This record gives sequence, C-alpha cells and structure tokens, in this order.
Amino acid sequence: MISDMNFLQRIIYILQNYGMSYLKGAGTTLLIAIVSTVIGCIIGFAVGIVQTIPSDKTRDSLGKRFILKFFKIILRAYVEIFRGTPMIVQAVFIYFGLSQLFGIQLGMWKAAFLVVSINTGAYMAESVRGGIFSVDSGQMEGAKAIGMTHFQAMINVIIPQAFRNIIPQIGNNFIINIKDTSVLSIISIVDLFFVHKSVAGALYTYFESATIVMCIYLTMTLVASKLLSLWEKKLDGDDNYELVDMMDIGPQLKKERERK
Amino acid sequence: MEEIKNILEISHLVKSFGNHEVLKDIDFTVKKGDVISIIGASGSGKSTMLRCINLLEIPTGGSILYHGTDITNPKMKVATYREKVGMVFQNFNLFANLTVLDNCMVGPVKVAKKDKKEAEELAIKFLKKVGMEAYIHAKPKQLSGGQKQRVAIARALAMEPEVLLFDEPTSALDPQMVGEVLNVMGTLAEEGMTMLIVTHEMAFAKDISSHVIFMADGVIEEEGSSQEIFEKPKHEKTKAFLSRFRNL
Ligand SMILES: Nc1ncnc2c1ncn2[C@@H]1O[C@H](COP(=O)(O)OP(=O)(O)O)[C@@H](O)[C@H]1O
Ligand SMILES: [Mg+2]
Repeated sequence: MISDMNFLQRIIYILQNYGMSYLKGAGTTLLIAIVSTVIGCIIGFAVGIVQTIPSDKTRDSLGKRFILKFFKIILRAYVEIFRGTPMIVQAVFIYFGLSQLFGIQLGMWKAAFLVVSINTGAYMAESVRGGIFSVDSGQMEGAKAIGMTHFQAMINVIIPQAFRNIIPQIGNNFIINIKDTSVLSIISIVDLFFVHKSVAGALYTYFESATIVMCIYLTMTLVASKLLSLWEKKLDGDDNYELVDMMDIGPQLKKERERK
Repeated sequence: MEEIKNILEISHLVKSFGNHEVLKDIDFTVKKGDVISIIGASGSGKSTMLRCINLLEIPTGGSILYHGTDITNPKMKVATYREKVGMVFQNFNLFANLTVLDNCMVGPVKVAKKDKKEAEELAIKFLKKVGMEAYIHAKPKQLSGGQKQRVAIARALAMEPEVLLFDEPTSALDPQMVGEVLNVMGTLAEEGMTMLIVTHEMAFAKDISSHVIFMADGVIEEEGSSQEIFEKPKHEKTKAFLSRFRNL
C-alpha cells in the first residue's frame, strides 16, 4: 500500500505506474512552448519592424502617415494589454470570449497555442524594438548610402544584427513558456502540471509528484539554456578567417559554393 | 561648351536644425572628373553639406540638381539617386553582420539587382583595386581601421557610382594607416573618378584636388583651384585656417 512506503519508494511507485503520463505531459508542455515561442518571435519581429518604420513628413502622403500611425497605436495597445495582464486570465478571456462573443469554438489546443503565441509576441515585440534601436545608426546610413530602401536595410543589415542581440531574450521567453504553459491546465490542456495535479490528487502524493515534476521542468529548461548558448556560439562564427590567394579566386569561390 | 557636363548643381542650399542655420546659401557645381576638396574648421558645416548632397539630411531650402533634375523634390526616388552618389564615412559603417565580400555584394545584388556571379566579379574587382581581395571571408570587426576603410571604398565603388563623397575618411585612423587609404583615393582620382572629399589632410588635398572649397560658419568663404587656395588665399579666414597647417 502506498501509505506504507517511504519517500523514495513512493517516487518509484509513481514513476512505474504513471511515468508515461508524465512524459506525455512534458511532451505537450515542450510542444506548446516551442511552437508558441517560434510563432511569438515571428509576431514580435513583425510588430517591432512596423513600430520602427520612420514616418517622413515631407515625402510620405498624409494618408500613408495616417495609416502607419493607426497601426502603430493598435500594436502599442496589443503590446501593453498582453504584457500587462496575466496569461492565465488571457487564456480564459480568449477561450471563453471567442465562443461567447463570436460563437467561435476554438478548441483548447488552438486556444493554447494562440494564447501563448500572442503573449510571447507582445514581449518579443519590445525586445525586437530595443534590438533594432541598439544597432549602431551608422549601419542604416551605410545601407542608405548604397541605395537601399528602409526595408532592404532592415532585412539585410539591421534585423540580422538585432536578431543576434536578442537571442538571449528569445531563450528567456522560451524558458518562461516552458514554465508558464502550466497555467493552461485552466482550459484543460493535459500538460506536465495537469498530470501532476491528477496523479497527486488520486494518490495523495503531492510532495513526491511535485519532486518529479520539478526535476522534469528543470531538465527541460537547463537543456534549453545549453542549446541556446550553443546556437549563439555557432551564429557568432569562427574567430579566425582564412586569407584567400587571389591568383585563383574564381575557381576557389566556385568550389566553396558547390560545397555548400 | 557642353562637353563637360555638370553632374551636380547645388544652389542656395540651406540646412537648419531647429533654428540653428548650419548651411547658409551654398552654391557650387560638380563636373565629371572633378576632385573637390572641402576644408574648414570643425563645425563649419562640411559634413552636413555632404549629407545633404546624399539626402541623409533633407535640405531646408535651395536645390540640388542631378543632371538637371532637382533631387530635393519629394517625388524623387531617393534610393535610386543614392545608388549613383556613393558615400564613404569617417566611421566606415561596414555592415557588421556580413563578410567583406558580402559587404561589397549586397548592394549590387539587392539594390542594383545584378545576378550573384556578376556581383561577385564586380566586388572582387574593386576589392582588388583597394588591395583587400585576400580578406573576402573576414568580418569587419576582424580588420584594422585602414582595412575597413578600404573595404568601405570598394563597397561604394561596387555600385559603380558617378560621384563619391568622402567625409573625413582618414580621421578615425591611426596615423600609420592614413597613407594606405589616401593612396587608394589618389588612384581613383587619377582614373578620373568624380569625388568630393572633406578632409584635414592638407598636403593630400593640395596634391589631389582640381578644386578646393573652404567653408566657415556654414558658408563657402573662398573657393578656387588648389594653387589659388593653398598658395595665395585671399580671405583672412582662409589664411588663418591654413596657417595652422604649416607643413604644406
Ligand atoms: N543632427 C544635428 N542636429 C543638430 N545640430 C547638428 C546636427 N548635425 C550637425 N549639427 C550642427 O551643425 C554644425 C555643423 O556640423 P558639421 O556639418 O558636422 O560640421 P563639420 O563636419 O564641418 O565639422 C555644428 O554646429 C553641429 O553641431
Ligand atoms: Mg564633419
């Protein structure tokens, strides 16, 4: 009987009987965190890029400037609302709001991805905006001086540098998402935390189950941190470069292209 | 009379920042093959003038005609114009995320819409001209100041511009690196490149210029041939300014 076991025996008992459930829950948590972080980054970049479009009083028409201003206000509101309210409330608000106001039955999965994505998007938008401003203004001038438009300069020069600067924040958001998907149990998503609540509730083993779940969360976030720092290193590239012998530059470059 | 065409005609150019009038009624023309040095004390408006010509600053008044078309007209496509008027900055402004080769290729490919192969040939041709062809795989942060500036010149040349603007191209360099950049610019001048050069390298300016403009407090105080300005300046301000460079 479980009440006769010691702490370690209980943990082993839980793992033997419910191990798969925990793993599935962890899988769900990871899936939501990964997909939502990626979508959130895309949203964040789109919002950040729109928010930094300059408005030119002399060259842009009044209509264009008005539309731009309008979008900027909407996006500002989006960022403030989703950074300024708890995700657990957002989840309920969206899940039940959509069905009650618009008759849209989103289903809990779509709702989960939606909530975490737009929540991440709001945070990333701020990071992207900061990342863009942190790129030296000379980079934009250099780009303009060779005839790039604002968007060409953004895509080819500014965003790649801003992106590199905000990878730590992307990592942060990913780790936060791994932890925060736990609030989605409110809309019945069977994530890691939901599994914990069910198992612990059925067996009255709150401490033992929490120990297991703590370990699983910690493993996920530590592995995520490690992978991200490896990715950063890879993006920073080699510290060295090879000098190229120009006598046969053509073929040499060609060979390299072929290898890629 | 029309053999040598005016590329740029600048007239009554005014630029204010707020109520600070930095450029007051600037007039001059740039003909094909001109090498014009712009000298003057710091704060006299030299950079602002170059930046206005490249529309990095929008002039407050006056006109800049490029082959007869006023590019200060809001309807002008700024980017298309800038392709033809290259700029080299004091701080290089090389794209930190790109290799030397990509710095020189991104303009031809993305802006001039050349195919990759053609752009690469172009980039390498100009990197060879500035002696940086061995460094195509390096990132800007791995280069010395002089090397960066030479790459920046190659990047501007790869757009095949009609005019090149230089804003104190050697001012951020350690003294021993100034020469390598000036040499490159000298070669360009010999080959007939049209250039506007803001510089404090007076010996170089004297040597290379077909025309010299001396600026003081936002106006062109005096202008003339290299000889006229450096050997017999007429205005007191010019004399006073040049007396600070006695090693001429
Ligand atoms: N963006 C700006 N905003 C306000 N004032 C400026 C700006 N850029 C330049 N100025 C002012 O214009 C004057 C001329 O500057 P600049 O053209 O850089 O001179 P120079 O290149 O000859 O040293 C200076 O007084 C400077 O403070
Ligand atoms: Mg200056």
